[in-house]
Order: sequence, then structure tokens, then C-alpha cells
Amino acid sequence: MSDGMEQVRSLADQKYKYGFVTDIEADVAPKGLNEDIIRFISAKKGEPEWLLEWRLKAYKLWLSEAEPSWAKLRHPAIDYQDAYYYSAPKKKTDGPKSLDEVDPKLLETYEKLGVPLHERAALAGVAVDAVFDSVSVATTYKGKLEELGIIFTSMSDAVKKHPELVRKYLGSVVPYSDNYFATLNSAVFTDGSFVYVPPGVRCPMELSTYFRMNAEKTGQFERTLIIADKGSYVSYLEGCTAPMRDENQLHAAVVELVALDEAEIKYSTVQNWYPGDEQGRGGIYNFVTKRGACRGRASRISWTQVETGSAITWKYPSCILQGDDSQGEFYSVAITNNFQQADTGTKMIHIGRNTRSRIISKGISAGHADNTYRGLVRVLPKAEGARNHTQCDSLLIGDRCGAHTTPYIESRNSSARIEHEATTSKISEEQLFYARQRGLSEEEAVSLIVNGFCRDVLQHLPMEFAVEAQKLVAISLEGSVG
Amino acid sequence: MLEIRNLHASVDGREILKGIDLTVPAGEVHAVMGPNGSGKSTLSYVLAGRDGYQVTAGSVTYKGQDLLAMKTEERARQGVFLAFQYPVEIPGVTGVNFLKTAVNAVRRSRGESELDAMQFLKLARKKAKELGVSEEMLRRAVNTGFSGGEKKRYEALQMALLEPSFMILDETDSGLDIDALKVVAEAVDAFRNPQRAMLVITHYQRILDYIVPDKVHVLAGGRIVQTGGKDLALELERTGYAQFVGQAA
Ligand SMILES: Nc1ncnc2c1ncn2[C@@H]1O[C@H](COP(=O)(O)OP(=O)(O)OP(=O)(O)O)[C@@H](O)[C@H]1O
Ligand SMILES: [Mg+2]
Repeated sequence: MSDGMEQVRSLADQKYKYGFVTDIEADVAPKGLNEDIIRFISAKKGEPEWLLEWRLKAYKLWLSEAEPSWAKLRHPAIDYQDAYYYSAPKKKTDGPKSLDEVDPKLLETYEKLGVPLHERAALAGVAVDAVFDSVSVATTYKGKLEELGIIFTSMSDAVKKHPELVRKYLGSVVPYSDNYFATLNSAVFTDGSFVYVPPGVRCPMELSTYFRMNAEKTGQFERTLIIADKGSYVSYLEGCTAPMRDENQLHAAVVELVALDEAEIKYSTVQNWYPGDEQGRGGIYNFVTKRGACRGRASRISWTQVETGSAITWKYPSCILQGDDSQGEFYSVAITNNFQQADTGTKMIHIGRNTRSRIISKGISAGHADNTYRGLVRVLPKAEGARNHTQCDSLLIGDRCGAHTTPYIESRNSSARIEHEATTSKISEEQLFYARQRGLSEEEAVSLIVNGFCRDVLQHLPMEFAVEAQKLVAISLEGSVG
Repeated sequence: MLEIRNLHASVDGREILKGIDLTVPAGEVHAVMGPNGSGKSTLSYVLAGRDGYQVTAGSVTYKGQDLLAMKTEERARQGVFLAFQYPVEIPGVTGVNFLKTAVNAVRRSRGESELDAMQFLKLARKKAKELGVSEEMLRRAVNTGFSGGEKKRYEALQMALLEPSFMILDETDSGLDIDALKVVAEAVDAFRNPQRAMLVITHYQRILDYIVPDKVHVLAGGRIVQTGGKDLALELERTGYAQFVGQAA
């Protein structure tokens, strides 16, 4: 690890040796990471000085840090200099010209998921000029949101139009110094979503990146910030059940949520990045930092995630329960097949009085995959009457995969009540035989059993997402038995 | 309907079925009796196509087709039904959901239209009522937490819903109380018709009072050691299997 660091540092210093200066007119910054690249990104986006300073502070800190190694994950060393950190939104002439040029396997998956025809092309990255329904739908939505004073835009746009909000809240939940990947993200993030819901407003529709007007690809270092002001409510959907094309291997996103007094944020994710092939080659490394601050009294944040993609998932959506009577929830389904690895869970930090948290985690492992639940419930001395309930279930398919549960509990208030339940089960040959004897195919049987296992989590997804997620669960496990 | 010829089968390398010959013509009910461990359930698993039950010799013809060449689910869709001696629990999967998927899989393969949720529920409620299965049980996870007798009724309900043409009842009577036995056995008997055939595996002749068999076979040591009419069951109840156990060894 330290050898790698030396290398990063010396490479980072090389720019001066070669007198390299990034051309601000260029569409793509040269490969590699150094201060110049960060200045380039910031200049490209016309950012204010304070934001550039913030990025640079993060970058300097990152150089002095090492990749964390505590997670139960194995992967070859990541060469951070062998990547592009900025490229302008892709022109429509790149990528496949028509669906005929798209990998038939991908199309087959869209078919199974029931993705509407006109959306398939866009998802597969086909250059199409047709105006999608979604764009016109988005325009209608936009008017409605504006009427209510809700801001829903890209992070770049928010920096320009609402700098005071961004400056106040950016990094206030996940500071740039938080962890290796969040620090890297702070230095080089290119875009993401920004949401602000004014006091007392209930956002009347699910917000999703899909409907955002300038929904160009935000790339590997996404930065999302959602603020729900007093007494407001918003439900946000991230991701898509359909597998998206992406050439970038490393993803390190940061999501920050802030809920003020009596506000509620529901954040749902379906993550289906490329998991690598059946031999474990390729696939996205997904190192995400997601955290919500229940800053106000009786505020509420709930995370719901369905993680089926990526070769590596490193992700712990967390809640800081600062406000008295605030509530944090975490509902998770993580599926790993073939050679996928997931180390995921949550942190619930109880600071205020009578704070409550609830965790339901369902890990499903098949093939040679490894699935770890890692959770922390921490009760601080002032959190009088804090309560937590954790339910952590693992399901194994076959006998070459692994499931691991690592709950950490730290309570410094004797009135706190913390409950933890964990189970591990297996889809047995007997169950499959029984189902097949009734005429179900093995795949139908696995899908029914797994969906039954996940039901407590899936029911927290917004309706239309839930139906897609069920199909996705089935598809992710195809070929996992027999 | 079903023709078993010189069937040999092993589990984990151990031969359990040692040459079974058995023919069940359409319209007939055959009872199979025999001591514990003689291979009755093994025979039912081999016919249903369970993984790990290896056929080492012999053949099985079902409606003129090679049954052993068909996949497990294919056999089910073609009308082979096994009421399990020990039905397995499937937590998290509601009966309604499971049975609807099963019924539609079978209907699809018969070229019939699939039932939607409403149509299925209507059908399931009707059949459940006939067999004394409560609505509450339909909403619960398959077999999960069911009593022994409830599981057996539930097997009968599945048979009624799937409308198979060849069914194997593996000790469906054990675990049922006296009244339930009557309800279930009468329902099964009402299911008899000239196009259907059944194999009724049992230890007790009582169920055969309701489902009167055309033939009774004694399976011991992996072979059919005796075949007779319905009176053979009564005789066995008196004499036990001692005479056959010696003979098979
Ligand atoms: N997986 C296995 N490995 C080894 N032996 C097995 C296996 N499964 C079954 N057997 C053996 O095969 C024999 C036949 O079992 P089977 O269940 O078919 O008996 P049965 O006639 O149905 O008995 P019962 O009347 O008790 O239900 C038994 O001796 C049993 O122990
Ligand atoms: Mg048996």
C-alpha cells in the first residue's frame, strides 16, 4: 500500500517536470490526477474560488492517505493515474449508431425487465436525436416544481444559481476529510444532483435523476446534495434497474442529505452497474459514501437500496440522528452472484433524545460471491431513550459463496434499547425440488423464494420501482443454481 | 398410463430400488404398502425426477413417453403430481403466489390461458373450502409453521388445483385426524376418472376404505414382493411384513 502511495505522489509531482499545462479549451483532461487537473475541472465549471480551495484541500489530504483496507473485499490495486478525471459530456456521435450495434445480451435484459422500447436506445448509449417522452414529461414536472419553490437541478447548475445553499451545506454531512474515497470525490467530483425543498412543502412526485432536465452522464465521481427544510417531504430515486453502459471502472460517489425540523427524506437506490463476467473479469468498483443528517427535531431519513450490480460494492448509507425524536431507517437488499463482492451496511449514530433507528438488511449470495453486512449502532451519552432494531438476514444459494455479518454496537447511555437479530438460510435442494414438482422452473422457484426473502425491504420502495426491482432480483440470480 | 420396467435406482451410491416392475393403467388406483425404509418414497422421487436419485437400469413409460428423459418440471406440467410425505417449508413465499405460479406454469404448457390474480383467487378459495383449508392458510408462506395434518391437506389442495393425470400420494393419510382423513380421502376419490391413475402409498388400510384400490402391491427391500387385490391390505394389517422382510433380504 505505501509503495502505491509513493508512486501516486511521485506521479502527481511529475507535471512540473514535463511542464504539462492543461488546455482549458480541451474536452478531455489528460489522463491522471494532479492539482492542474483539479483547477481545470473547477475552471471548466466556472466555480467560485472557495469551491476550488475546498477541492484542493481535499486533494492534498487525499495524497497523504491510504486506501482503507478494513472491508472484506479483494481487488487488484487501483491505479488512480490511469484514469480520466474530466471529459465533456459525450457527443451524440460517439457510441453505437443504432440498437443493431448494441450487445444483444444487454437488449435481452431490457426485454426481460420490460424497459419501454424508446428508453432502451438511450440506456444503451445509442446516438438518438428523437425527443423522448421523458424529456417532455420532465418539462411538465419542472414547471410544477418551480411553482412550489423546489429546486431540482444539477450540482454544477446549483453552484452557479444557488451558491449560498451549496456553500452552507456541501460537506456539512460528509466532510472532505471523511474517508479516502469521499476525499477523492471532494477533489474531483464532476456533477450530480441538487435538491432543495422549502419549508412546509411536500414534494408531490418522486424525484429521480431520470427526469432531471440536464441528465447527461455525471460520470464516476457524482456528488449529490439534498436539503429538506423544516416540515418538508421529498422522495428521491437514484439509479435504474436497467444495466447502464459505462466504461469507467472506479465509481466514488458522495450523497449528503440534510433534514431540518420535522422534515422527511426518503432516498431509494437501485444499483445495477456492470458486475463483471461469469469469471469475475471486469465490472465496476463502487465505493460510495452516503450519509444523512437528521439535524432537526423529529426529522426522518430513510435509505432503501437494492444493490445487484458492480464487481465491488463498498457502501454504508448512514444516519446521524442529531435532532431529538428523529428517526433513521435503512432497508437493504444486496445480491452478489458469480465473483461479485459486497461489503455494505449502515451506521446509525444516536445523538439526540428519543432517537429511533431501524435496520433491515437482506444479503443474498450465489456462485463464488461474498456478501458482508457491516453495521454500526452508536448511542451517545445524551441520547436518552434511544432505540434501535436490527434485522439482518442472509440467504445462500449453492455452497461456494459466503455471507458475513459484522454488527458493531456501542452504547453509552444505559436507557438505550438495542436489539439485533440475524439469520442465515439456504435455498435447499428440497425446496427447489418441491417447487419444480409443481411445474415451476428452477429460475421461477429461485425468483419466488428470493423475492419472498426480500419482501420486507422491497415494500419500502416506491410502487413502480418495486415491481421493476422484483424482476431485477430474479434476473440477477439467473444461472445461479443447477 | 404408467409402465415401470426393471427399475433400479441408487442414492449416494447405495442401491435402494432393486428392479421394480409395475404397470398402472389409466383409470386405476394402485396402493403400495411396505415396511419403513423399503423404498416407497424413493420410488416416488425417482418418478418425480429428484436430483441425486440415479436410475441405474430400467425404464419408465408415461403416456407413451420416456418419463426418465423429462426434466422434473416437465413431468409436473405433463400431469405427474407427487403429494409429499414430508412437504417442505418455503418461508417468505405466500401460498397464493406460489400456487398461482404453479397453476399458470401448468396451464401454459397445456396451451391454456394464464389465470390473472382475481381468477386464480376465486378458484383457490373454492377448492380450499372443499378441502377445509382456511383462507388464512392460503395467505401464509407455503407450509411454513403448518401442522402435520395441515401440510397434508395443503398437498391435496395443490393436487386439486393442478388437476394432474397421474398422482402419487406418499402417506397423505398419516398426520390427518379422523375427520380430515375422510374429507381429504373423499376429495381424492372424487378425483378418480377413466383418464387418471394413482399410486397411493400408505401404511394403513383405512384410507383404502375411501379410495378403494384396484391393486395392492407390497414393496420390500426395493422390490415388489407381492401383488393382490384390496383384501391384501386387510391381510397385511393382521400379519405385518415379517414374511416379506425375510424374503427380500
Ligand atoms: N440420501 C440417502 N443416502 C443414503 N440412504 C438413503 C438416502 N435417502 C434414502 N435412503 C435410504 O433409502 C431407504 C429407503 O428410503 P425411503 O424413504 O424410500 O423409505 P420408505 O419406504 O418411504 O419408508 P417410510 O415408510 O419410513 O416412509 C432407507 O433405508 C433410507 O435410509
Ligand atoms: Mg416414505
